Amino acid sequence: MATREVFSSTASNPLGRPRGVWSALHLDPILLVLLVALVSGGLFVLYSGADRNLDVVKAQGVRFGIAFVVMLVFAQLDPSVFRRWAPWLYIVGLAGLVAVLFVGVGAKGAQRWLALPGLPRFQPSELMKLVVPMMAAWYLSRHFLPPKLSRIGVGLAIVLLPMVLIVKQPDLGTSLLVGMAGLFVVFFAGMSWKLISAFLVMVSVAAPLMWFFGMREYQKQRVLTLLDPQSDPLGAGWNIIQSKTAIGSGGVDGKGWLQGTQSHLEFLPESHTDFIVAVLAEEFGFIGVLILLSVYFLIILRCLFISVTAQDSFSRLVAGALTMTFFIYVFVNVGMVSGLLPVVGVPLPLISYGGTSTVTLMAAFGILMSIHTHRRMITA
Amino acid sequence: MPWGEFKDTAAERRLFQRRATVMLVFVFLLLAGLVARMYQLQVVEHDIYTTLSDRNRVQVQSVPPPRGLVYDRNQVLLAENRPVFSVTLVPERVGDVDATLQQLVSILDVSDEDLERFQRRLREPRRPFQEIPLRYDLTEDEIARLAVLRHELPGVEVEAELVRYYPHSELTAHALGFVGRINREELQRIDSVNYAGTNYIGKSGVERFYEELLHGKVGYQHVETNARGRTLRVLDRENPVPGEDLQLHLDLRLQNRAHELLDGRRGAIVAIEPATGGILALASVPGFDANKFVTGISVPDYRELSDSKDKPLFNRALRGQYPPGSTLKPMLAIAALDSGAVTRDHTIWDPGFFQINSAGRRWRDWKRGGHGWVDLTYAMAQSCDVYFYEAAVEMGVDTMVSYLSHFGFGEDATLDVSGALSGLLPSPDWKRATRNEPWYPGDTVNLGIGQGFMLSTPLQLATATALIANRGEWVEPRLLKDIQGDRTPDEFLPSETHEPLKLKDPDNWEYIADAMAEVMHGVKGTARGAGRGAPYRMAGKTGTAQVFSLAEDEEYDAEEVRERLRDHALFVGFAPLKNPQIAVAVIVENGGGGSSTAAPVARELFDAWLLEFSAVADGPSISKADPTSEAP
Repeated sequence: MATREVFSSTASNPLGRPRGVWSALHLDPILLVLLVALVSGGLFVLYSGADRNLDVVKAQGVRFGIAFVVMLVFAQLDPSVFRRWAPWLYIVGLAGLVAVLFVGVGAKGAQRWLALPGLPRFQPSELMKLVVPMMAAWYLSRHFLPPKLSRIGVGLAIVLLPMVLIVKQPDLGTSLLVGMAGLFVVFFAGMSWKLISAFLVMVSVAAPLMWFFGMREYQKQRVLTLLDPQSDPLGAGWNIIQSKTAIGSGGVDGKGWLQGTQSHLEFLPESHTDFIVAVLAEEFGFIGVLILLSVYFLIILRCLFISVTAQDSFSRLVAGALTMTFFIYVFVNVGMVSGLLPVVGVPLPLISYGGTSTVTLMAAFGILMSIHTHRRMITA
Repeated sequence: MPWGEFKDTAAERRLFQRRATVMLVFVFLLLAGLVARMYQLQVVEHDIYTTLSDRNRVQVQSVPPPRGLVYDRNQVLLAENRPVFSVTLVPERVGDVDATLQQLVSILDVSDEDLERFQRRLREPRRPFQEIPLRYDLTEDEIARLAVLRHELPGVEVEAELVRYYPHSELTAHALGFVGRINREELQRIDSVNYAGTNYIGKSGVERFYEELLHGKVGYQHVETNARGRTLRVLDRENPVPGEDLQLHLDLRLQNRAHELLDGRRGAIVAIEPATGGILALASVPGFDANKFVTGISVPDYRELSDSKDKPLFNRALRGQYPPGSTLKPMLAIAALDSGAVTRDHTIWDPGFFQINSAGRRWRDWKRGGHGWVDLTYAMAQSCDVYFYEAAVEMGVDTMVSYLSHFGFGEDATLDVSGALSGLLPSPDWKRATRNEPWYPGDTVNLGIGQGFMLSTPLQLATATALIANRGEWVEPRLLKDIQGDRTPDEFLPSETHEPLKLKDPDNWEYIADAMAEVMHGVKGTARGAGRGAPYRMAGKTGTAQVFSLAEDEEYDAEEVRERLRDHALFVGFAPLKNPQIAVAVIVENGGGGSSTAAPVARELFDAWLLEFSAVADGPSISKADPTSEAP
């Protein structure tokens, strides 16, 4: 520990490593500026999406405050701390997921929350979004990469186990996100393209089986509605029709801030949570969407840079997987709101109203900043 | 133990770099896909979604026109519109539908039928936030109870709708008719655009005949609504054209008097203003409360009305077809004089019966032993049957039918009276066609005193009487007096089709009118009791219609016959004799004799119209007919 501190506080960095106050705080200024820009712009959209309810904006502001503190705390920890803790966190997470199945609380037929006495309510599945990639990275990075077939198998099992438990809650959306996070680790670790192709073939075979044996009726309905929203225009198709209408009617330059008729006249459901991008698209138009996606792209670009410049395999794998998970959030949310993907209940990261995912995401950025700011002078 | 340093090989780093590059391309492509999708929605298909968005928020609502009001001739309101309240639920805003229903059932009178309809509507596909009605026609009490509990019942709303109300319904149900909910059959007939916001339509009477006028023209408004269908603002509006307010010839006071006079009996009164043909009173007793039919009558209520022996739903004035009996004699007298079958001086010997040939059937006179020597005036005053038997045979059936049809018998001669029947004017052709029997001479004899096959409605009798009062000038009976506003009744009343009845000697009108006056004022007049002490002269004719036929020499005592088998009492007449103001037909079912039962009713109506009401409203109509100048 002592040597690391000496290196990090004194040395100049040929890789464009942050210095001075940023270095002391273990923050990456570029990523931080992008995140602040995204969050503050998002609050304006939220104010409109929540139909000028300032309380919603304030509550979200408080959440971001907490989330930034969490990010700050995570950034201070050395990546090796995450690596050492990964197996234990994984076990705790699995225990939590099992506990949720028996004593969990929730609504709409899904148990997602764990309310332990003395602890704040939390979702073990949310924790797993961070822990699963860490655990997979911990396991795979103990040996030379690319991993052998048997190690890939164990790696996949590490990913699959929590996925199954989360599906049981049932929470398909989170399960897929956790799975994606784990799979990205395996991908970054160097799983051969042959295996990847075989895996994809397997998935395409498994999908129909999932349809018939694994999916709940409401989940099937969502897929069917995606394929033909007009088949149930007043029921499940309502959301998609209304969000497409909101987006499409926005045009190139939008109807103007707070002028969206779809959202303010309550046609658009979930306008301040999952469907908030439709509010942005309606009020700020195609230009607004381009700006939003550009900011997301820049964040991902910066995070990939951080991943590539990380100094050990564990850090690289974790950073790469978390970056891609963030991207998957963006893609799935915008894809579902614009009618490309089924409605799976994934929020638009850092903009949708809601606490848990915001904290998880900021924790992930904290880990990325930690990886970036704790590099040592030893280079290969 | 920082193991990364030992293991962090260049190979691993390069492997990761390659994979990261692949991911970067992957990210870029998918983001490009999202951009392309947004471009498709926001630029390529922008117009489609703009239209959808506008259609979403801008709704065209039909604004139903308020139905025209109906007044009597003195501007007394007969039909108005009142708000009726119903309770609706918006399931999306009701937390627990079952619990809310239970609570509503405990404070409102909700029938199983209502609940069943509600549950059915709840299961049907519908727009989110669309309300579902639970019960219509709430009482003020129920509205108050709902208002108190309103905060506990989110999503429960009370909604108002304008519904027809008849303030004097028991009196006017048969004259005005009523409106009711549009049924499937009517839905096919009506203009679906104009009735877009309308739930009610005229079912009978004036409400039906003047449906088009009363309904008005639907209006439209473009409103901005939210997803719950709640109107936020009106963007533009084309106001509905309200239905026209109608004024009828009907006089509620006379109508009320007619009902009072027939109270406790079954019967009908029709009073017509001869100069205009305006129907002053059209009473069918017993009446019923038409308000019950507007929002839908309950099954027990309907059964009570339809099963009643007194048949309150039956409109006797328009649809009651009775043998006219002796009330037909004034019209037959005109026919006999004008056709030359009899002259004013013609007299006959009445032995108490009539025979076509000496061996044949005897038609008896009502007066046993006969009237002796009888001329036409006397025959009218005493209602001598034998005189008219002979006159009938002299005229023959064709002549009689020809004249009677001039008086409007056998047809619906009304202009705007919905549902009036045409009675039955028998003829040889008719008998051959319907009964496949020849017309016997005896049928002609029966027709001579208004018996046999002939049937007429009280409205037809009043119409024919008005023709005598008008001395042959036809004025078809009508209800509509005026339309408030610029439009005139002539635009909407059907055209008049009847030629005046021109007699070879127009003076015969006066002669018959005088003969009818003898009925009321003559020392032997059958209705002299009813005419006694009047400050004006009146004309009339009594009649008695047999409910069942009697054998030729059979005596019968009204007391012995069960009440329902007693004769119908009839009376027709007009007053004053010169320049008549009112012509009436009265029928009292099973009332016994026309002179004892029906004539006094007519006298009361004459007095009411000429002395009581005219002094207040219409000015001194009696001065135009000074009784002293008419005294014989």
